[in-house]
Amino acid sequence: MTQESTATARVSAAAAGPPSLVTWQWTAAAALVAFAAALPLGVSNYHVFELTMVMIYAIAVLGLNILTGYNGQISLGHGGFFAAGAYTAAILMHRYGVPYWATLPPAALICFVLGLLFGLPALRFEGPYLALVTLAMAVAMPQMLKYFDTWTGGQQGINLVKVQPPVALGIGRDVWLYLFVLAVLVIAMRIAANILHGRTGRAFVAIRDHPIAAAAMGIHTARYKTLAFGISTLFTGVAGALSAIVIGFVAPESFGLFLSLSFLVGSAIGGIATIPGAIVGGLFIEFVPNFANDISDAAPWAVYGLAMLLFMYAMPRGVVGSVGHWLTWSKQKFL
Amino acid sequence: MHQFLQQTFSGLGAGAIYASLALALVMIYRATDLVNFAQGEMAMFSTYIAWTLVNAGLPFWAAFFITLFISFAGGMAIERIVIRPVESAPVLSAVVVTLGLLLIFNATAGWIYTYTLQEFPSPFPDRPLFGALMTTRDLGVIAVTLAMLALLFVFFRFTSTGLAMRAAAQNPESARLCGVRVGRMLAIGWGLAAAIGAIAGIMVAPVLFLDPNMMSGVLLYAFTGALLGGITSPVGAVVGGLIVGVTENLVGTYLIPSQLKLTVALGLIILVLVFKPNGLFGTAIVRRV
Amino acid sequence: MRPILQLRGIKAFYGQSEVLHGIDVAIEEGGMTVLLGANGAGKTTALRAICGTVRREGEILFAGQRIERRATEDVARLRIAHVPEGRGTFVGLTVEENLQLGGYAIRGRAAANMQRMYGYFPVLAAYRRRQAGALSGGEQQMLAIARALMMEPRLLLLDEPSFGLAPRIVEEIFAIIERIRRDEHVSVLLVEQNASLALELADHAYLIETGSVVASGTAKSLADNPQVRRSYLGY
Repeated sequence: MTQESTATARVSAAAAGPPSLVTWQWTAAAALVAFAAALPLGVSNYHVFELTMVMIYAIAVLGLNILTGYNGQISLGHGGFFAAGAYTAAILMHRYGVPYWATLPPAALICFVLGLLFGLPALRFEGPYLALVTLAMAVAMPQMLKYFDTWTGGQQGINLVKVQPPVALGIGRDVWLYLFVLAVLVIAMRIAANILHGRTGRAFVAIRDHPIAAAAMGIHTARYKTLAFGISTLFTGVAGALSAIVIGFVAPESFGLFLSLSFLVGSAIGGIATIPGAIVGGLFIEFVPNFANDISDAAPWAVYGLAMLLFMYAMPRGVVGSVGHWLTWSKQKFL
Repeated sequence: MHQFLQQTFSGLGAGAIYASLALALVMIYRATDLVNFAQGEMAMFSTYIAWTLVNAGLPFWAAFFITLFISFAGGMAIERIVIRPVESAPVLSAVVVTLGLLLIFNATAGWIYTYTLQEFPSPFPDRPLFGALMTTRDLGVIAVTLAMLALLFVFFRFTSTGLAMRAAAQNPESARLCGVRVGRMLAIGWGLAAAIGAIAGIMVAPVLFLDPNMMSGVLLYAFTGALLGGITSPVGAVVGGLIVGVTENLVGTYLIPSQLKLTVALGLIILVLVFKPNGLFGTAIVRRV
Repeated sequence: MRPILQLRGIKAFYGQSEVLHGIDVAIEEGGMTVLLGANGAGKTTALRAICGTVRREGEILFAGQRIERRATEDVARLRIAHVPEGRGTFVGLTVEENLQLGGYAIRGRAAANMQRMYGYFPVLAAYRRRQAGALSGGEQQMLAIARALMMEPRLLLLDEPSFGLAPRIVEEIFAIIERIRRDEHVSVLLVEQNASLALELADHAYLIETGSVVASGTAKSLADNPQVRRSYLGY
């Protein structure tokens, strides 16, 4: 090969895709996943269920991080997309006897399309206006779920047949679902990392930080913003489907405004523009309400609110965001 | 036709309350670029304070003005103590703080006063006017809202503190160079907003009955109204609030049963926003690169 | 003449980076001192250090008083008026409101002061009710200076008043600045990249390069300095 074509080959190889993880990062990640997989052995069934919910919320919050953290479009309505995924899975299982694991792809697809459809008009709006439009989604969803009751079972919701774990493995249902969700979480985080550390992710961030410059550089802002919406709702919708599978029941009341706000809070507390922060967010959403109840059964939500305030004072960029920030700061100061 | 006018006027009455809370939201947004999601709960808490004073035997108007004063001071304190730490943090952190404040006020009110519905006296008698087209209460509420708007207009346009507050909101660094104590201006802004919210709460409590969850629906409509009018415009807040009130009422009466009323009303308003993405009176943010 | 402002060992920081490495500057009362230097040398940062809009260490004495611990608005109330880089006008407010804000900290004499400003800058009188953002660059610069003067300052800090303006307007503005300095008895600290024009007007000059003072003295001595001539005056 001539010198010129070698150089070209090297350049195109570098531009081909996201950088692969360094060896030690691979081992660390694998160790973490192994630890997480072994965790159910040491805890009670109820705790396993709680941890499964943590992971489901983490996937949902990850979706929100992609949209709001990396692309700068605020959403107060992700509870609505969570509901869409949950009801898709529930209706497929209940009416059409689709096996639980097969409901994930259709839920993903439907929520992806829903997100694209939402993302298009959302291009018109920014800041608090976008917040309102997404808020409308969160508020409208429970009302619409109650209204179209032939499909959704209305106020009563839909009761689902409990999932049976594969007999050959000899483990209980809670542990099986835990491992199932863990697998989906790992895949989801890997896909998110690929997207966000690659060309698409860079386009998202460029649009978030300086939309005019991004457009001037040739980034098709409308396309990427709509895509961000679709990818984001895909993740949250899959999380919703998983929640229907794990809980075995869907009803409109569980998918109200509070859920959407919880996702936003979890996102901010974990670190809005991070991937691991989603897990911290999931932990916050699942455990802090119980913790607040332990502290004060007279006004637990006041304790929850106080926890939100204290986290934001101590770590305004979220837990993972602040840790990253401190690491960079100390590197600058001490190296 | 009679029913249409009646529903329109009663929608205006409800809309005036949304407009008042919307005014408070706009005030804080102009000062700090922040939507105060706790505005409704702060208003509810103020109303409970008024209720406590009235129950303790004070005449209505004495309780009213003392509550305004307490709310103003409380709003200033909240800005200094609760919001100040996240003023220079990312906007989302401040949003989470206001959401946390919402929960704290709501839960604390529920704990202190329980969730039982309470009656609240109204300064306006509830008599029908103009052949049952509207009530004196609706008229009273509309009058109070318009009076607040007028007072605020005069304050911001013709007083030096009002000018300093506008400057501090638009360009805090330049305001400091002129000797304006920007932090104090922000605190005053929050104090005013809290006082306005208190008035909104006191006007709505006779109608919806006082309970800790009284304001949650009102906040949603106020937020919608503020955005419809243009989040930076006080006049827009009032007009937007009134439109939302009328729309909600007419949609509920003529179009759709109450189950989907909220969805349809919001949908219509968002449709308007699609054509005017900065609200009816809002100014587009001109960005220079 | 004693110095009205003294900077001793001033360091300034943007985040972790130190951009001023301990500079010493003295401004004579009633005179005009200019800070010269290329882009990024630290001239604007020095003005920000005086006003407290940047993190700083060291001593600042204003008329013998230590002010390095004061907040920006308190420094302004001591009658140090800063016309910042980019003018800092309130573009959403009218010309008149901008001037009123200049007089915010001095109640009372605002109306008389405003008339005087309209005397220096007649174009502002014509546009008094217009939104400041609608004014041209030169007019906004005049408005910014007028607003600073509304404070009845003892010290005027001017950051690159010639920036982005046509040469004719620049001459006009500098003529007014010179007139103001004499009539209002104001000490002026000027930051300028336009070295030749600045050295013509100033009494004293400091040359700043990458955060340190590399030359100082009377304006004439710096204008005759061969290094300065080569680097900044072009001959």
